[in-house]
Amino acid sequence: MSTIASDGTDLGHDTHDAHDDHDHKPEGFLDRWVFTTNHKDIGTLYLVFALLMFFIGGAMAMVIRAELFMPGMQLVRPDFFNQMTTMHALIMVFGAVMPAWVGFANWMIPLQVGAPDMALPRMNNFSFWILPFAFTMLLSTLFMDSGGPAAGWTLYPPLSLQTGSSFAFVVFAVHMMGISSIMGAINIIATIFNMRAPGMTLLRMPLFVWTWLITAFLLIAAMPVLAGAVTMLLTDHFFGTSFFNAAGGGDPVMFQHIFWFFGHPEVYIMILPAFGVVSEILPTFSRKPLFGYAAMVYATASIAFLSFIVWAHHMFTVGMPLEGELFFMYATMLIAVPTGVKVFNWVSTMWKGSMTFETPMLFAIGFVVLFTIGGLSGLMLAITAADLQYHDTYFVVAHFHYVLVPGAVFTLMAGAYYWLPKWTGNMYSERWGKIHFWCSAIFVNVLFFPQHYLGLAGMPRRIPDYSPQFADFNMWSSIGGFAFGASQLIFVGVIIHCVWFSKKKATAQVWEGAKGLEWTVPSPAPHHTFTKPPVVDDTMVAHADEAH
Amino acid sequence: MKKQNTFIVSLAVLVAVIAAFWLLLAAPAHTGNQINMTRGVSSLAETHYELHMIILWVCVVIGILVFTAMFTSIVLHRKSRGHEAAQFSHSTKAEIAWTVIPVLILVGMAIPGTSALVQMESPGGAEMTVKITGYQWKWRYEYVDDDIAFMSSLAPESNAARQLGSGVDPRAVENYLLDVDNPLVLPVGRKIKFLITADDVIHAWWVPAFGWKRDAVPGYINEGWVEINEPGTYRGQCAELCGMDHGFMPIVVEALPEDEYDAWVSRQQSGSNTGAGAGN
Repeated sequence: MSTIASDGTDLGHDTHDAHDDHDHKPEGFLDRWVFTTNHKDIGTLYLVFALLMFFIGGAMAMVIRAELFMPGMQLVRPDFFNQMTTMHALIMVFGAVMPAWVGFANWMIPLQVGAPDMALPRMNNFSFWILPFAFTMLLSTLFMDSGGPAAGWTLYPPLSLQTGSSFAFVVFAVHMMGISSIMGAINIIATIFNMRAPGMTLLRMPLFVWTWLITAFLLIAAMPVLAGAVTMLLTDHFFGTSFFNAAGGGDPVMFQHIFWFFGHPEVYIMILPAFGVVSEILPTFSRKPLFGYAAMVYATASIAFLSFIVWAHHMFTVGMPLEGELFFMYATMLIAVPTGVKVFNWVSTMWKGSMTFETPMLFAIGFVVLFTIGGLSGLMLAITAADLQYHDTYFVVAHFHYVLVPGAVFTLMAGAYYWLPKWTGNMYSERWGKIHFWCSAIFVNVLFFPQHYLGLAGMPRRIPDYSPQFADFNMWSSIGGFAFGASQLIFVGVIIHCVWFSKKKATAQVWEGAKGLEWTVPSPAPHHTFTKPPVVDDTMVAHADEAH
Repeated sequence: MKKQNTFIVSLAVLVAVIAAFWLLLAAPAHTGNQINMTRGVSSLAETHYELHMIILWVCVVIGILVFTAMFTSIVLHRKSRGHEAAQFSHSTKAEIAWTVIPVLILVGMAIPGTSALVQMESPGGAEMTVKITGYQWKWRYEYVDDDIAFMSSLAPESNAARQLGSGVDPRAVENYLLDVDNPLVLPVGRKIKFLITADDVIHAWWVPAFGWKRDAVPGYINEGWVEINEPGTYRGQCAELCGMDHGFMPIVVEALPEDEYDAWVSRQQSGSNTGAGAGN
């Protein structure tokens, strides 16, 4: 029925609509966005949703940093402060970072493997449209009489069981997020295994596809564990069971084991796709193939495997036998090896390249530097005896924010700038992109680096007020926080400009050094791409073939 | 010529990277704030401090090497300088080297890490035992051998000042949020075993000067130990989120010389309590 151009794009049905729309996008808001089964539109929905959640979670961080601006309680009650820390984490983890990566997967995986769409388009629609309901429900608990969850995102019992009746809404919201994630993961695995274009062998796949494939397996393994944990909390709270109640023969520590069996793979769910994006961007702007492609794939798989056997390093102070503590210390230290391989390969990719420093490259380099700092503090935290001092202090807060903000979030920014021209057909403002980068990179360090000092000097995390000896660095941190938050408004401005106002059209290639199937389709990518599969050979992939 | 160029640039970058590390890790101490872990007043704290410094230095050296290589490349290998891209893409030798060398470094770190942990987990041979119970939001201390027990809560001055809109400047309150009504009194020079548990939710007992924290979990009795080296007042806080007033249940330990401690114990037992512990 449709005519296919030689480059594989669909030129549309014989009967064109009134707008002469070659893409035959559905007309009308409902058809286009609510009932959509198109991977690009669903990808856009995910990304817009994630950006919205990023600002909601960010607003909560602003409340936290405002209260911590100086010693004494000035703005909020302690229980509301605890609701803010808890909700900030839940929103950022499940609402911002994870959906953003699924959005990238939706947009880019079919384009990168030469597939016309995701393997399961209707499920794709469903897995997105669960999320707005899940997060409306989660956020609504803030307005309930019993308040939102305040026991930390880790939901440790018995404390989490002291949450009022709103707890049921939290548990159900987590269930819905989990269902959404699992469906997304199944879809990604099915797409990668079944829909690759001829010649797109597994070891020719771009690293973003590889890291997402591995991430999807982590999701399928980890999310049901979380679902089980929160369901047990639910029945303990409302139906009188005693899974985690010591007085009833249960075990509060068991929850922590179950939670972190989910929770540690979860941190790699947030960071592995970031590794993929950086492994796309560095070769493009170095004009040089990715160094050690196969080693990168194996390192990613090793990290994923290790992520399942290190969970109790989150619990070194809980009172484990010496042998247990030693096992989890050694296993955790091992993660430094494949992570080091990745960093060394990235540096080698840049080495003797011909680099230019457009905004995506700046964010990618910022990632490598700051993620390395977060990785090194992670290595310190792995040493059990030292962790008996670090644990639950601001040192930990600094560590995981270094790997998540200049780690995951910077690569989300990098990826957004990298592919925005492909998505919109327009070039973003390079000048404002660079301003956004430099503001973010400077203020994220003002925000989080002093927290290392605070933690080492003895400031516990999750406290709404502190002794005046911690005042100076908290003020630095808060100033950095406000400035970092404000800097993100630049990002919104750049996107709005790029989508609706930019006059500079993007070419199909966009970046001089870019390689890969997504750069063979026009910019903006037509509504339907690769309806006729492309044939892939070595010249079209972003890395040299390792097979010979 | 080109080789020499690379060498000079990498040397300059090395200096800059070291300067940046100095700026981050040493300079802030000149603000008069504490920026590093305490050496503490017990052998465990000393061990943990030294371990911390070893791994910190290892990480700093690794960081300096990685960033020097990276920024040397950023300076030299840019298109604007007319550098043309090489096209090499893998080296099995390099991959093996940067897998094996980190493993050796990790083994080097694991050795002191293991011995410190073995020391921490050896509470045997204690001369006295104190049972610590966490409550929302105070601590209870029981001297198991001496029949002394009391509660320890946030000092009233801090408690008044920390209310929302109290109008009190925290800096005007002595030891704001780190002061209690009844401190835990302990002797110097004796090995003391702690039995740590909780009554309601999970708390964590942490005095940084002793070098460790341990969770207080309802239904569990955890162990910890200390042998305090010098008399003094040591302050800490609950380190596990335990609800609304988690930030307001500090720990204060008064470490007394042995004879003064024994005198304190007999005062407590005879009931003429002029000392810190005031019964229940």
